[in-house]
Amino acid sequence: MKSLLSGNEAVARGAWEAGCNVAATYPGTPSTEILENLIKYPGIYTEWAVNEKVALEVVAGACFAGARVITAMKHVGLNVAADPMFTMAYSGVTAGFVIVTADDPGMWSSQNEQDNRHYGRHAKIPILEPSDSNEAKLFTKLGFEISEKFDTPVLLRLTTRICHSTCLVELGKRKTHKVKGYKKDIKKRLVLPAHARLRHIIVEKRLINLARFSETFPFNKIEWGKKTLGVITSGISYQYAKEAFPNASFLKLSFTYPIPEKLIKRFAHQVKKIIVVEEGDPILETEIKAMGIKVTGKAKIPVCGELTQKIVRESFVRKISTKIKAYKVPARPPVLCPGCPHRGVFYIINKLKLTATGDIGCYTLGALPPLNAIDTCVCMGASVTNAHGLEKALGKDFSKKLVAVIGDSTFFHSGITGLSNAVYNKGNLNLLILDNYTTAMTGHQPHPGTGKLARGEQGKRIPPEDVVKGCGVEFLKIVDPNDLKATEHAIKQALEFDGVAVLIFRRPCALLLKPNPAYFIDPDLCKGCRLCLRIGCPAISLQFPEDREKPLAVIDPTLCFGCGLCAQVCTCGAILAPEKAKKGKK
Amino acid sequence: MKRDAFDIIICGVGGQGIILASNVLCNTAFLESFDVKKSEVHGMAQRGGSVITHVRIGKKIHSPLIEQGNSDIVLAFEKLEALRYIHYLKKNGTAIVNDREIPPMSVLTGAAQYPVNIKGKLKHRGMIYFVDAEKIAFELGNRRTVNIILLGVLSCFLGFKKKSWKTAISKNVKKKFVDLNLAAFNRGASLLTKIDILSFKKKQSR
Ligand SMILES: Cc1ncc(C[n+]2csc(CCOP(=O)(O)OP(=O)(O)O)c2C)c(N)n1
Repeated sequence: MKSLLSGNEAVARGAWEAGCNVAATYPGTPSTEILENLIKYPGIYTEWAVNEKVALEVVAGACFAGARVITAMKHVGLNVAADPMFTMAYSGVTAGFVIVTADDPGMWSSQNEQDNRHYGRHAKIPILEPSDSNEAKLFTKLGFEISEKFDTPVLLRLTTRICHSTCLVELGKRKTHKVKGYKKDIKKRLVLPAHARLRHIIVEKRLINLARFSETFPFNKIEWGKKTLGVITSGISYQYAKEAFPNASFLKLSFTYPIPEKLIKRFAHQVKKIIVVEEGDPILETEIKAMGIKVTGKAKIPVCGELTQKIVRESFVRKISTKIKAYKVPARPPVLCPGCPHRGVFYIINKLKLTATGDIGCYTLGALPPLNAIDTCVCMGASVTNAHGLEKALGKDFSKKLVAVIGDSTFFHSGITGLSNAVYNKGNLNLLILDNYTTAMTGHQPHPGTGKLARGEQGKRIPPEDVVKGCGVEFLKIVDPNDLKATEHAIKQALEFDGVAVLIFRRPCALLLKPNPAYFIDPDLCKGCRLCLRIGCPAISLQFPEDREKPLAVIDPTLCFGCGLCAQVCTCGAILAPEKAKKGKK
Repeated sequence: MKRDAFDIIICGVGGQGIILASNVLCNTAFLESFDVKKSEVHGMAQRGGSVITHVRIGKKIHSPLIEQGNSDIVLAFEKLEALRYIHYLKKNGTAIVNDREIPPMSVLTGAAQYPVNIKGKLKHRGMIYFVDAEKIAFELGNRRTVNIILLGVLSCFLGFKKKSWKTAISKNVKKKFVDLNLAAFNRGASLLTKIDILSFKKKQSR
């Protein structure tokens, strides 16, 4: 039976068919839907871990027990999980261990374009690179087998266009895998130097065996075409190159670390000219050049951004002049939704002209105009630590105008360590936790603060305030961010407090709730002062009716969430609550 | 009119239901025994940002992306977004544009202007059909049906069987909304006149 699956759905299906027993991941675009889909299958334990390092360690533990395991993360997530991954490369596996990295060329939803194929060589583990959903499913299954055969974790490398592209996939049945049970083996699992020295030798031997395997791996394959041009490629780049050069000969690599040197040489001998088509860094290119083979790659193809068939073609063939004119239109970056509970906090930060170190989540959007409320965004958790560092460099006075802003999921991901660090090191951190009861940006996954588990059942809820208190914070308040007066008052209090102060702004994400009736702007009362525009609500616009001297603010009732924030900002009393609006309309 | 390949761009604003629409479209094409590839954006852009989905239908498809100037059809859920992505449309291609304006933040705050005369600017790019899907959705009593109404309009140009669409819609929407969405689809499918479609066929066969 065939079904339309995205790359992420296909990975989940492949893991399930392979009898995978345990899966743990932390969400992140573009890998989130892998666990979301695994949850739909029976017979596999799934959990949302609090971060990627935790996820990888959890499945490593399950692997100790002889379970087939998988973890998945976005590219930067693997930086967080790199520590245990490098050790697991030494330790090896007891049953199949697949680590999925989903890179984001083009940065559709990310802070960088790192090419995680580097991690294969760096951690000395093999890499599989699918080119579509079909291969994503197949390679996931093969990943478990290769992992067991060579006693190594396997890195399955996806990119956004694999994760979020859909194609037809042949479905198979599940082959159950029995969890073998735990057997003590300290030489493998306890990496004391004495053990690790021996393991390293094994790892190097393993690489030689893996290289041999790569030569015969059936999906490292040659597709002969005209021999004037040979294309060496992998992953999604294969699809682009196939369209750009339909008549060329192809060496499609799927097992891309270690590379099959003999196969590459054989291919190279038979074609006149070779190009290497790869997105991101020149990884295959560098390896092939080191073999003494002349190829062209990044001298022509861009390193930055994602590729398309057009970019691939025009990198090598002179452009045919078919310039298509695109209109210049105003950009439409993402925005905080109408009714978003983060909005009130950002409005006050902007109003008080504070410096705010930021973090990653929907609330990063508070950096955009007109709120302009955030100064920095480095990586998850860095709001807390960056603020602490700023204070230590500039002195305590600076912290009277400085706040750190973090989401609830991010707080559990990596904010807690920074908070305890600030308390311990006598900081004056002012931490604002935006608790919207969910991991909103990635599509509403639960986390410890929600107490819900991956499959929807009730787990143990850990209120963020309990963690904050446990860290030794002496100033703690829980505030409704939709109450602007209370929000402003609490922030001022926190700034004045000597020591670490934490405010938890608590209100559920608007997308989890039904909207309230819409507010209404009375045109007779609106003075066109634009104050309400400063909250950056997509539902409020300014119009310029011909019969009016001043502009008029208008609320689009189809977009309005009825949160009432604008009414608190308006000094003319022109913005009316739904009840009054009804009367007004009569 | 059964062609063997269609490249379709669907664009609009994050949150307008584009992902669901493209799922239904792909499912229908699959039921019609085509190879299908779709590429879309998740994550950040879904928070009210500009969104573009590529749908490719044919015998054997490699790249999930459509080249600029190559799309047979552009289905735009919003006018400004139609203008932003119209350069994907091939010469004499067809664009279906939802007659709705959603101003981006820069326009709301007065830092930029919403483009004027979008109809005029699009006109010479191909066959452009403006559709007031919002009005129909309002009549149907559910604003979330806009995406399926627009799919109904799109269906006029693809020649897939009604039954395939029906099956795909039933598969992709919640059970209690199936009837509503089928009604929405039918409304969309009956919007264009026979003349519109005839002239489209003529252009295609050239
Ligand atoms: C290391 C790492 N893992 C995952 C992500 C993906 N990611 C970006 S924002 C976000 C969720 C943030 O949730 P929360 O802090 O609750 O803020 P909200 O979006 O709900 O406002 C995640 C998981 C990332 N950017 N970096």
